[in-house]
Amino acid sequence: MKKKIVLIGNGMTGFRFCEKFVDAGMNVDHELLVFGEENIPAYDRVHLTSFYTGTSADELLLAPANWYHDNQITLKSGDRIAAIDRNEKRVISEHGHSYSYDILVLATGSSAFVPPIPGIDKKGVFVYRTFEDILAIKKYIPKASKASVIGGGLLGLEAAKAVMDDGLKTSVIEFATRLMPRQLDELGASMLKHKLESFNLDVFLNKSTEKILGNGKITGMQFTDGSMLETDLLVISAGIKPRDELARSCGLEVHPRGGIVVNSKMETADESIFAIGECVVVHGMVWGLVAPCYEMAEVLIANLRNGQREFLGFDLSSKLKLIGTDVASFGHALSEPHLAKTIVYENKTRGIYKRLNISHDGKYLLGGILVGDAEEYNMLKQIVNSKIKLPENPEDLILGTRGGGGAGIGIADLPDEAVICSCENISKKAILNAVEIDGAESVPLIKKCTKSGTGCGGCVPMLDDLLTFSMKSRGKEVRKVICEHFGYTRQELFDLIKIDEIKSYPELLKKYGTGHGCEVCKPMAASLLASIWNEVIAKHDTIQDTNDRFLANIQQRGLYSVVPRMPAGEVTPEKLIVIGEVARKYDLYTKVTGGQRIDLFGARVDQLPDIWEELIDAGFESGHAYGKALRTVKSCVGSTWCRFGMDDSVSFAVEIEERYKGIRAPHKIKGGVSGCVRECAEARSKDFGVIATEKGWNLFVCGNGGTNPRHADLLASDLDKETVIKYIDRFIMFYIKTAEPLTRTAKWLGSMEGGLGYLRDVVVNDSLGIGEKLEADLQKLVESYQCEWKEVVNNPELRKRYRHFINSEEIDSNIKFVALRDQKMPAK
Amino acid sequence: METKEWVRTASVDEFPANAGACVLVNGEQIAVFNFAEENKWYATQNQCPHKKEMAISRGLTGDSNGTPKVACPFHKRSFSLEDGTCLTDEEYQLKTYPVKIEDGYVYIGLV
Repeated sequence: MKKKIVLIGNGMTGFRFCEKFVDAGMNVDHELLVFGEENIPAYDRVHLTSFYTGTSADELLLAPANWYHDNQITLKSGDRIAAIDRNEKRVISEHGHSYSYDILVLATGSSAFVPPIPGIDKKGVFVYRTFEDILAIKKYIPKASKASVIGGGLLGLEAAKAVMDDGLKTSVIEFATRLMPRQLDELGASMLKHKLESFNLDVFLNKSTEKILGNGKITGMQFTDGSMLETDLLVISAGIKPRDELARSCGLEVHPRGGIVVNSKMETADESIFAIGECVVVHGMVWGLVAPCYEMAEVLIANLRNGQREFLGFDLSSKLKLIGTDVASFGHALSEPHLAKTIVYENKTRGIYKRLNISHDGKYLLGGILVGDAEEYNMLKQIVNSKIKLPENPEDLILGTRGGGGAGIGIADLPDEAVICSCENISKKAILNAVEIDGAESVPLIKKCTKSGTGCGGCVPMLDDLLTFSMKSRGKEVRKVICEHFGYTRQELFDLIKIDEIKSYPELLKKYGTGHGCEVCKPMAASLLASIWNEVIAKHDTIQDTNDRFLANIQQRGLYSVVPRMPAGEVTPEKLIVIGEVARKYDLYTKVTGGQRIDLFGARVDQLPDIWEELIDAGFESGHAYGKALRTVKSCVGSTWCRFGMDDSVSFAVEIEERYKGIRAPHKIKGGVSGCVRECAEARSKDFGVIATEKGWNLFVCGNGGTNPRHADLLASDLDKETVIKYIDRFIMFYIKTAEPLTRTAKWLGSMEGGLGYLRDVVVNDSLGIGEKLEADLQKLVESYQCEWKEVVNNPELRKRYRHFINSEEIDSNIKFVALRDQKMPAK
Repeated sequence: METKEWVRTASVDEFPANAGACVLVNGEQIAVFNFAEENKWYATQNQCPHKKEMAISRGLTGDSNGTPKVACPFHKRSFSLEDGTCLTDEEYQLKTYPVKIEDGYVYIGLV
């Protein structure tokens, strides 16, 4: 007879239990029956906010519904257990069914703690805990204009960011005297507060809510200090409350402040009943992070298999990004002065705060706090956890050594047993073994081999460091080779293609590669061939990523968008009318882009050549919106019209855009030209930006918007136009020749040895003596430019490739539209 | 499973070399891939199981350690063309179909 295990709770901890149950092969002699209260299987609650911002529920599932069945686990979702009968050893569901157990595991988790404030049951008041909560908030948002969040802890700030991004004026109300009181000290919290306020989030501290105002639905909040706040949507994130009601009702011991009491083996006083996760109190506290809860699940599985494992507490260090600000705390972050000496670095101009707590003898790091810049987090956490002796000047750990060299402690100093990946509990030794014994000589292979880095991903930079360390110590070179088909770097292939005059991918694969290639090396080779020979890329259509294969951007439902070039955003009324007519004829959704041009969405692949034929007839060219190529050169109005303009930014932007259009690069390139320092063209967020001064033009390089915004750096000032062009020529060509694949100029500069100084030496001072060569290579690309869409439109063979079915004229029946504000969008 | 019916689709030269194309077979969208160097052909469902987009035929082909594969153009999930298993994310699976070439035409086998 198989033993019957009943698990109540299908959250993250419950799922971890299931997973370890399967890994341990326990399904051979055990039946596992799982009850989940929510209607869907376990999901990644840590990333709940990504559900808020649009990730589908399916993507956040920890395993699809059939996973349970495939592993002989019976899952009953949406079936709540209402009672436990300990005498009969059975559980009774809400629907009145009864199920017997030999072993009962409680993983009931926690719910949001809702303070007993009068009026808290009014409409418009929400918690932030489950998919259903999120859907309810989303539904209410259109009715609201001013949001508040009670709770300035981790989750509260995340919730605040989410509603703020939905366009609501948002305030955070915290009862304590500072934000994130569990992780940060006064100075760190105040730095964070300033940062958040600069993003337009209002923060109120030391506030206790007396009542919720409003007639039926919330209209405001009244505080105990007499002040009021108008608000019509309130999210409560004031902490968690262990779900111990089932345990309580069947007479198991619960903690006075809530939580099922268990010992370090996860046992309750009933020998058949165990409890794990956020619903328990062990070592006198509730553990509200996912990693310790996972550890509990693993301890319990080991003990059910006659092991003797104990839960010994857990490192509660954490690092996260809040509204663009890194925040981390590790070890004993809030040590009292009699326990530790502190080193504090505060930089209000850059919004950075760092604190190290050091033992009184100065030998060990006990913990610390990082706000605004948490790059050293992984290493500092390791130094605490592995009790590594500190260097003579421990401040170097957060400031870097002044005068060059490392900060004294590196990956080599970590002991073998140092836990690098705390989600999966993988040691330094295990990772080095994977590299050195199992030959996992790349980060993806290390991940596959050890599972490290597959949880929160926070340790991935350390995996890279360990790999480099191990390779170097064994005298092996770490080369960023393209993929399994080419044992070369991009730069090496660039030179080989040029020297051997290789003109096609099959030729390159035959000579220098193996196998059939893949989705990494094919587009990379296509980009190199284009950067070197500048032949029409449609010639190499089958090695292009889909956007370059069909010369359009693929969108939802496999539809494409069409973006004609509009240099510097300048367009005549006649051409504007043509765009409108084409959009009307083909029923395309029309929108102005961030790059000052017009995007036409919703074209089927077979319509693309016809649409382009009409645009080309009217004098338009491809805008290369689909390519790793120059996108746009954005301009402000400039001195021709603007009363502040120092110079004619539009004409210069047109000239620059015309010059570099169509050039293929490792990644997309964007430019900008502003007519004065007011910078209306936002040129400093571009790969290259030019800004007019009284004496000429300033040239900035390597700016970026997107995920990691970076202001471009000044490369040279007060230049004439010819010199600007000369430097941009050199800059772009040097970038094309030396950057890794899919690396924007900002990242390229970030990893360049010598940084901006070196780049300026090469481009401005011509320190390598290649200036003229770079200019000549670029000039060749300029001269060989052809509009690739024109080529396709006029070539029947190429045109034929634009169809969905090659054996039928039917159109893809998967494509459907729905109406959207007088236009249309793809139906989901 | 036994092939019950072979459906003629289009002539061999309609299909691009070392890439995919989509055919309509009894109302179903099927992606067909031609590995021209070895004259090997593969066929799978055209819908990517990840986001349900009709896109597999527009993916880049290649191999992973010798296994012929295709990467969906949307989010780059790679699938084995031999048995349709997903090489990057175990939970997904593509349906595969037998392919034969006769008299210069490509036939898809239905079961």
